[in-house]
Amino acid sequence: MKVAYWPGCVSRGFTPELHGSMAKVAPLLDIELVELDRASCCGAGVIAEHNQELADTLNARTFALAQQVEGAELMMNICSTCQGAQTECQERLDASADYRAHVNETLGEHGLHYEKGLSNKNFLWLLVEEMGLDELRSRVKQPLTDLRVGPFYGCYIVRPTDRLGIDDLKPRDTYLAQVIEALGGTVIEYAGAYKCCGFPIITMNKEVSLKQAGRHLGDAVDQGADCLVTPCPLCHLNLDLQQPLAEKAVNRTLNMPVLHLPQLVGLALGLEPKELGLQQHIVKPTSVIDWSTSVVAGV
Amino acid sequence: MAEFTLRLRRYDPESGEAAYWDEHTIDLEPHRSVLEGILQARARFDGSIGIRCSCRAAICGSCGVRINGQPALACHTHLDQAMKGARDGVIEIEPMGNMPVLKDLIVDMDAVHWKKVRRVTPWLINKEPIPEREYIVPHEAMVDVTQSMACIQCGACVSDCLSMEVDPLFIGPAALAKAYRFVGDPRDAQHSERLNDLAQDPHGIYDCTHCFKCIEACPKGVAPMSQIMRLRRISGRDHGIVDANNGERHEIAFTNLVRDHGLLWEAELLPRSYGGDSWLAKFGPAAGRELLSSLPVIGKALLRGKVTPMGALKAHKLPDEDLQQVKRIYATVEGRDEAERYELNLYISGYDEDMEGAEGPPPDAAAAGAQGGDGGMAGAESGQPGQSPERSPSR
Repeated sequence: MKVAYWPGCVSRGFTPELHGSMAKVAPLLDIELVELDRASCCGAGVIAEHNQELADTLNARTFALAQQVEGAELMMNICSTCQGAQTECQERLDASADYRAHVNETLGEHGLHYEKGLSNKNFLWLLVEEMGLDELRSRVKQPLTDLRVGPFYGCYIVRPTDRLGIDDLKPRDTYLAQVIEALGGTVIEYAGAYKCCGFPIITMNKEVSLKQAGRHLGDAVDQGADCLVTPCPLCHLNLDLQQPLAEKAVNRTLNMPVLHLPQLVGLALGLEPKELGLQQHIVKPTSVIDWSTSVVAGV
Repeated sequence: MAEFTLRLRRYDPESGEAAYWDEHTIDLEPHRSVLEGILQARARFDGSIGIRCSCRAAICGSCGVRINGQPALACHTHLDQAMKGARDGVIEIEPMGNMPVLKDLIVDMDAVHWKKVRRVTPWLINKEPIPEREYIVPHEAMVDVTQSMACIQCGACVSDCLSMEVDPLFIGPAALAKAYRFVGDPRDAQHSERLNDLAQDPHGIYDCTHCFKCIEACPKGVAPMSQIMRLRRISGRDHGIVDANNGERHEIAFTNLVRDHGLLWEAELLPRSYGGDSWLAKFGPAAGRELLSSLPVIGKALLRGKVTPMGALKAHKLPDEDLQQVKRIYATVEGRDEAERYELNLYISGYDEDMEGAEGPPPDAAAAGAQGGDGGMAGAESGQPGQSPERSPSR
């Protein structure tokens, strides 16, 4: 399957292991990634907060570039925040022909045009809806047996449900659990799975932000999770990079590894932890998981 | 008639007992409301069940509860609809969150919700001179605040607010949506004072984590988070308010870094959020303090090779031609004056008719129709699969 691939900024900045692991995993799933290396930042909701039309126009440009990729079935992202921010812009663009024409007028200067109805899916959605869990299961080489994984969805990929197309037919808010199971792991239920990691206010109210992260990590510890998995690199920043500070904020030891979704998939597909960049995490997955017995050789 | 089992959270502070679960099986048509179910349980089995209600038509906002963990109006939720979210075949009903429980399903709205609403001065501060008769304002000037005015003060958004869960002092979604009702009202005389107050408060507009919980919770499509974003936009852009919480600085630094590089440069965003929108910000005292407190994290990130010194010091950038396009887009859109701005609010404008169809085009048919045979991606996601026809567009 050929996709117009939007990695986002953070996956190439502070979480390079995300972009790297996606590149390793894609060929094993027969996904051909055509990187949208001309597209700009989605704005993460912050540009929209500053100027809504600006965010809509920048993302319309990205969508137009994606639509130019010859033979691509859809646009794929690996960041929940990109998914949420872009879907919000797309909702407005698709809802009003008048507004779309207005935005396209700005894009027209550069020979670009956005056509209503782009399909833009996170890797998580693509796994379930395009590839199918049976197909994924058939490719698993190292089932994640005995690995107790807590899904951490974050906000942007599950709310608001109507905008994101979540309903009975497409229960996208259960996909992470479904994927963990398909990879042979055990899903851990805990209070924080759908809550906010706190990242958006890390520069505004650091204490509250870290307490949010610490609380969810602590809930996962209490429920016996070995690790968390998230489709959002921004959640990863607060849950992993900031975990030493989050521990102080909630005054307890957490030591909870947090994996990016492509990393978890990659492990099950037989890739080495090192190839997937697991050694780059702040909380080393080795500290909790005995990879030599539960999954693969040590990091 | 059909049988439904309700599991009610019971608590009576005067009893000295801990909260407990109580189950009753009721008998009602599936399209009747959860509230009617609770009232039947009270009438038939236990007169002491505490629930607050009045209009039973989703307009008084009294019967906010959590049904299967989700905030909702009990009178506005059908029993069969609630059954879909029931984990073990039992409809679970609890009092709302983030507010103390007075008894069973009744929470203390005064202690939290109303207190916060009063915090934002929820009345019009007249412009002088006061006209002899009514104020005359153009229709278009008021239409935007009708979304905030749709609020029925049920507290569902307060119940689910994730910022408030950790920071009980956060002014919160309902009160801030109410604040926008006046900031967006051309008759009000104190927009700037209101905004400055809410921006400088450490628990004000910049304490919202943008989690969409309130948008999801609201039974009236008020989208409180969207109103908070409007408050931020007007505060920074139209009133030039620079707050002590780094909110406006963060927004400007983010927006301008993307203008200058096309992509986000996180290592540069952090110092600028604290010290202002300049390369020199990192040498200022505010950024310095932040840097110091983050040293353990920065050290580890460098050690693990997650962040390399070069990666942090050098921005990733778009190719030149693309960066020029991005800059042109900025110049065009940011250059619009207030009269030229096009800020679409779908709550007001609604969706184009072709998207409103009761069934909507089947996604596959739409895709086939819109694709030009070049394997393009148009059409595949049209029809808004999640848009339920009875719900008005909420943003």
